[in-house]
Amino acid sequence: MMSVPAPQKDMRMFLIFVVVVLTSPIWLAPIGAGYPQLLQAFAIFGIFAIGFNVLFGLTGYLSFGHAAFLGAGSYTAVWAFKLLSMNIIPAILFSMVIAGLFAALIGFVCLRRSGIYFSILTLAFAQMSFNLAYSVLTPITNGETGLTLEAGDARILDPVYENAAAGGLPSPNFFGLEMADFGGYAGVYVCFAVLILAFYVYLRIFRSPFGLKLLAIKSNQNRMGYTGFNTRPYLMAAFVISGIYAGLAGGLMAVTDPLAGAERMQWTESGAVVLMTILGGVGTLFGPLLGATLIEYSENIFSAVNKTELIEMFSFLGQDGAAAMASVLSLFVGEGWLLTLGALFMIVVIFLPGGMMQGISIINERFFSKKPAGDGEKPGAGKAQEV
Amino acid sequence: MSIFDQKYGRRTVLKTGSALAGAAAIAPMGFVKGAYAADFRNDPGNSPTVTFGFNVPQTGAYADEGADELRAYRLVVKHLNGEGDGGMLNTLKPAALKGNGVLGKKVEYVTGDTQTKADAARASARRMIESDRVIMFSGGSSSSVAVAQQSLAQEMGVVFMCGLTHANDTTGKDRRRYGFRHMFNAHMSGLALGPVLKQELGTDRRAYHLTADYNWGWSVEDSISKTTEGLGWETANAVRTPLGSGDFSQYITPVLNSGADVLVLNHYGRDMVNSLTQAVQFGLRDKQVNGKDFQIVVPLYSRLMAQGAGENVKGIYGTTNWNWSLTDPGSQAFVKSFGAEYGFPPSQAAHTCYVNALLYADACERAGTFYPPEVIKALEGHEFDGTGDGPSLYRAEDHQVMKSCLVVRGNANPTNQFDLLEVVNIVPRSETTYPHDLYPGELGPYEV
Repeated sequence: MMSVPAPQKDMRMFLIFVVVVLTSPIWLAPIGAGYPQLLQAFAIFGIFAIGFNVLFGLTGYLSFGHAAFLGAGSYTAVWAFKLLSMNIIPAILFSMVIAGLFAALIGFVCLRRSGIYFSILTLAFAQMSFNLAYSVLTPITNGETGLTLEAGDARILDPVYENAAAGGLPSPNFFGLEMADFGGYAGVYVCFAVLILAFYVYLRIFRSPFGLKLLAIKSNQNRMGYTGFNTRPYLMAAFVISGIYAGLAGGLMAVTDPLAGAERMQWTESGAVVLMTILGGVGTLFGPLLGATLIEYSENIFSAVNKTELIEMFSFLGQDGAAAMASVLSLFVGEGWLLTLGALFMIVVIFLPGGMMQGISIINERFFSKKPAGDGEKPGAGKAQEV
Repeated sequence: MSIFDQKYGRRTVLKTGSALAGAAAIAPMGFVKGAYAADFRNDPGNSPTVTFGFNVPQTGAYADEGADELRAYRLVVKHLNGEGDGGMLNTLKPAALKGNGVLGKKVEYVTGDTQTKADAARASARRMIESDRVIMFSGGSSSSVAVAQQSLAQEMGVVFMCGLTHANDTTGKDRRRYGFRHMFNAHMSGLALGPVLKQELGTDRRAYHLTADYNWGWSVEDSISKTTEGLGWETANAVRTPLGSGDFSQYITPVLNSGADVLVLNHYGRDMVNSLTQAVQFGLRDKQVNGKDFQIVVPLYSRLMAQGAGENVKGIYGTTNWNWSLTDPGSQAFVKSFGAEYGFPPSQAAHTCYVNALLYADACERAGTFYPPEVIKALEGHEFDGTGDGPSLYRAEDHQVMKSCLVVRGNANPTNQFDLLEVVNIVPRSETTYPHDLYPGELGPYEV
């Protein structure tokens, strides 16, 4: 059973989290990750993954359709930019509202089943949304080409002279602060601020009686029923909350890059968030964030390495040695980076079923801790997650 | 409130909070300093090298084209740095390049995978700009990806030299000041193909279009059907197919029952290979409809696709930007150095990418600076020759190159495995030129 840590401990942890996030451009720079696009991706997929964890980590309901909400959020945000204003506030709010409504609709149908049937239903709905966005709904989504801003958009809340600005398209702004300002770091810190807020809410959900009830659903739904709880509303709430998180992430994607394409609804995106959560540690507080960071990092860094760079890297082995080394390793970088990810995923699932958080807590216990672990979300949760 | 007990009282929280806010405000300064010290983004300054970014599809329906584009980019970097035989550096007129890099700086490059998705392409391009500090990026197959990258280029203030993109939108409604296209477009295909279709297939035909469902497909369908309707043809139907469908049989069966006698395949890459192969397997070409032989037309052709479709391309008409069998000095020099490097001739994708990167380097050399507005002005309205396209013009109004293009036919008797396309007609620039405001758009400002 999970023991809830003292509130002041949570507060301290939260403050450390805030410091770590805000200073990440500094400490991520040495490993080549300190540039705006990737930092934004960390924050956005972090939000996506923690939202997913509210559903999967707490209730154990594995959704394979969360990309649908991500995509819905993106499309909504771009439409908000086109119709209302280039200010990011309406875009973000609307993306959350629409994704939440969409989640309520899909959740209403899918939550009638549990286990594998629930997963398949959500997958089916997501694939349906993808196909709709890709072809049938072309007037709304612009199909394969993707939805983009245009000079002639209405933007009814923005002053007219801004619309008429010669040529170039307006860019998303937060009351005048454009996302591209400060070399792109304005956008990064907007994402960080949203991530911190989202994480705070997520922390409170985890520690609330509501969160405990969700955990109870995960451990034994029948028993919950016998004690007089109607579990459906709780499940529904968890599903909608995680849908809103996904919509928020999708909205932020459009904020940092005002464009939305159907590929954001593809099942690979749904799969990615499942991978992130499992890799980091299902049901743990920080696991999904770690998983999201690791996957985004490998996607952006490993996929950019090419064979020539590898040969340079191993030049100390002599010409033949470097060529041999590079020809083996080049399978795992560039377009083969998914192979690296697959191998990593297998290693984690086989040896650390509780994800990276389990690894961290093992290290913690061995080297740093004198007293036996009882740290709530860390080792105990690792066991509790193996449903 | 319970969270604010004695240990973490209100004052502590407030103090920590304000300290954090201060840290957050200061943190970006460290990185941004560099950005403001320079006059423009990614100014190479005194660095002895300058970096180009090559963003091509390495996975997906256009991966073959992407691989060939990357080969061309590696070659152009070699030639710019004075390695190899120099390729088109020797034939480009007027040429400012000396084979000692660009403005004396050695050219380096980074690569990325667009995955033929606008999202992934922009993420990869932003990595190149923000992390690898590229001065220019180039590449692409797929017009939706090109359009997305072009608007990114405008936002970021880094020049994008389009690779393979054939939609009218790229230099039409989505034209950008920071985007340049050397490749011809769907409208020019229509202008080139019209007379040949009239001569070979007559003026009394019914056409059925299968169209890749994105901006490129739409614009080819539009341009070709306008051309053929101008000849007096009817358009029986136009069906949109999703990009990357492996199986086109469900789309091909209705063609037989539609009364059409010409099938226009507005597909490219593996899509075209699949749809053409399946159309031939369904026996469309052996049919007689309305008393005429059934014909297939592929508006945008490439040798790589012809290679993929094998026997099926024989006798099928289409247009292409360039073919390796051309005999002018520019084409010959390029084919020779590409062949010496890789052992086979280049595709049209390789050609357009090579030429566009070369033209960018040449413009920097002529402008005497990497400062984008000056480089852009050096490219705008630039007349050049010796790139295998005849005398060409980088039009200032829409950043489209006005040049000759080719009408080709699948070779019935190829003399070797690469001799797959037979050039029917080299359509001169005078016939492919169209008014720049036919597809109206706004370039946007020089300074961003």
